[in-house]
Amino acid sequence: MAALLTRHVQNALAALGQLSRQPVATLLTVGVIAIALALPASLQLLVQGGQRMAGSWADIRDFSVYLKPGTSLGVARDLARTLAEHKGVQETRVIEADAALAEFGRDPAFGDALKALRQNPLPHTLVVRPDPEAAPAELDALKAELGARPEVDLVQLDTQWLARLAAILDVLRRGIWIAAVLLVAAVVFIVGNTIRLDIQNRRQEIEVSKLLGATDAFVRRPFLYIGFWYGALGGALALLLVVAGLLLLRGPLARLLQLYGTDFSGFGVTPGTALAVLGAGLVCGCAGAWLAVGRHLSAIEPRV
Amino acid sequence: MIRLDKVTKLYKGGHEALREVSLDINPGEMIFLTGHSGAGKSTILKLLALVERPTRGQLLVDGRNVGRMPAREIPAYRRQVGMVFQDHKLLDDRSAFDNVALPLVIAGLTRREIGKRVHAALDQVGLLAKERHAPHTLSAGEQQRVGIARAVVARPRLLIADEPTGNLDGDLSLEIMQLFRRFNEVGVTMVIATHDLALAGRINGRHVVLGQGEIRSDEAAVAAPGPAPRALGQ
Repeated sequence: MAALLTRHVQNALAALGQLSRQPVATLLTVGVIAIALALPASLQLLVQGGQRMAGSWADIRDFSVYLKPGTSLGVARDLARTLAEHKGVQETRVIEADAALAEFGRDPAFGDALKALRQNPLPHTLVVRPDPEAAPAELDALKAELGARPEVDLVQLDTQWLARLAAILDVLRRGIWIAAVLLVAAVVFIVGNTIRLDIQNRRQEIEVSKLLGATDAFVRRPFLYIGFWYGALGGALALLLVVAGLLLLRGPLARLLQLYGTDFSGFGVTPGTALAVLGAGLVCGCAGAWLAVGRHLSAIEPRV
Repeated sequence: MIRLDKVTKLYKGGHEALREVSLDINPGEMIFLTGHSGAGKSTILKLLALVERPTRGQLLVDGRNVGRMPAREIPAYRRQVGMVFQDHKLLDDRSAFDNVALPLVIAGLTRREIGKRVHAALDQVGLLAKERHAPHTLSAGEQQRVGIARAVVARPRLLIADEPTGNLDGDLSLEIMQLFRRFNEVGVTMVIATHDLALAGRINGRHVVLGQGEIRSDEAAVAAPGPAPRALGQ
């Protein structure tokens, strides 16, 4: 058992040594594998970020109900109380016209313009929060009902684009999955083909080893370990590329997320993602080697 | 130890390399297979190495019909057979030491044991001083001696050699044959195919002459007197 383990460690190190003797060729292969793995991983991260962003807004389904100008504050409060009892409504809140104006006044872009006004042009506004479980159809019905009231000027529901964004993200996510599957297959073929060439180059060694009584497992092992290293190095480099890409995007991305009121913290390469990239590399490397070895090694029988 | 029982070998295309050949090889024997090229010498060695299988007849080794041995058992069988080739089949990307070590690496011996045995084998063929040399930096005779060291390092019971002196001149050839003789004297059974009748005639052993896939004669021969071979390593 210990001898077998020793032999495996020796094989693994020998394979690494063989790769290091051809640094350029190895780097090229590892680079191609890394790019093919990094691409879907980083796209997936971006979409995940988008989904987090969209998700953090999903609970914002409040209606803004603008009352007709001139409606008194008392009427507005009565209406708010009435609507709060309404079926399908969770709660209501009144934004007084003066409070809204004061809020605008704090923004330097509007401040001076507002000073020029002699009276408050803003109406009182109700914020109506529907039940979180309300279906889209119920929301539409509620919106129509609110709009039909005589005191109400305008009802706004700004969450439709969120649903569209979520749908777009779903399409993107599916697309990335397809791309990932194709790229992973490409990695398997790259490793397989590289090892096929390696097998051809070492044909004499394989023949002689078989003549000297080497088992198929003995002959196979060095090539499997080469595939293992290609996968491991490719996965590690892919991870590095993803992290580097995120670092480059960090500034603009943080600004974007801030604009949309989403926290940047926690966005990035999670241990799960890292494991997935490394694991995909390893599996692809070993699978490619296994395919090449299975197809091409058994074809080599010693000729004397 | 080895018995060929009415062995016929047909190659693809219909060439009949052996025709109902029967031959018994006893433990410790030294057998020269001679005859013109195409007589069937190499085919017998290929059968013994299980590179080829008999078309008809039985090849028994220690009573077992190895001619029908399943492929997965062949590696273990080959590890008990030392092989020497005309083109020596050394690997040029590694030293003489590593070439000789290969059968022991395959057998899974420890590094220490491998070092000891490889040095012993290289010493026996007089090349201990050149263990770090790559094969292509050695002379033809030296290369063949490395090949022989590799064939005996795992202490096989049977050693087969196909035209081992085919690329060597007279003195070197005799030297190689004397080396085989020494291994034979410590109990290794030898089967050597050679077309060099003159050379074979100078070594004690059993001479089996083949012609057109059949055994023409089979007799023990005593070496004719000749000049003493020069010592190894000179």
